[in-house]
Amino acid sequence: MLSTRWEPWTELDRLSREMDRLFHRGGNGQSSLAGAGSVPALNVWEDDANLYAEAELPGFAFDDLNIYVLGNQLTIQGERRPPQHEGGSWHRQERGYGKFSRMIELPTEINADGVSAELNHGILHITLPKTEAVKPRRIEVKST
Amino acid sequence: MSTTMTTTSPSETHSTNDPRFDSGTQKPMSPTFQPRFDIWEGDDEWILYGDLPGVVCDDLVVTFENRQLSVHGKVGRCFDGENALCSEYRVGDFQRSFTVGEAINSEAISAELRDGVLTLHLPKSDRAKPRRIEVSAT
Repeated sequence: MLSTRWEPWTELDRLSREMDRLFHRGGNGQSSLAGAGSVPALNVWEDDANLYAEAELPGFAFDDLNIYVLGNQLTIQGERRPPQHEGGSWHRQERGYGKFSRMIELPTEINADGVSAELNHGILHITLPKTEAVKPRRIEVKST
Repeated sequence: MSTTMTTTSPSETHSTNDPRFDSGTQKPMSPTFQPRFDIWEGDDEWILYGDLPGVVCDDLVVTFENRQLSVHGKVGRCFDGENALCSEYRVGDFQRSFTVGEAINSEAISAELRDGVLTLHLPKSDRAKPRRIEVSAT
């Protein structure tokens, strides 16, 4: 079929994409992974025994990541490389590439020897056990 | 030439929260996000790369119908912010569609999901491929 429908929203989207391209993605070759805020974004939460940190790192293998714990500082470093193609052309590159390094300060002392990390389906999950000294202790109340 | 593959969605390409989910419901429902995509065009095919962290194969639906390519990934886990010390991103499903303006051999579309990255191969149909014209010397 050769019929062409007039799709006003598509036209608007096209326009807004063009504006986007002009003003934001000026094609200066800067990696957006390094440019936008703190990368990777982290969610950190805790329970009585552990701190947990989670980050979305799609396309990373464990070899691409370095995780360090020093005192109560957690450092995550990594690099993602763009797919290589000979010839052809890129119509859209929204995913970020390049190196990142992020250090956060944890609010409690942790036992660095017990830190473990998993990488599943692009989600990095780090478990950081608290030191015995900072774990909440339940005080038994004895009835006399 | 203009791009022949276009999104149907607004220009903000990630972390677009659907406002419908935030109002009216008592329970906070997980938002839906637009995954980021790279699109590459070669002579024989289009390749799309999409970041879908946390999506497993069984929870990913890719459909191609009437020139509309849709990707929908469900994310099982959630982060409700309980006991949070630092909350910098939200977790939710992924949804995005593209209008494909070029002839695609839809039978031969293939997709793979690895480490949270979706790779979609859209082979061009023969009539859309560039053709080299042989020039014969007389």
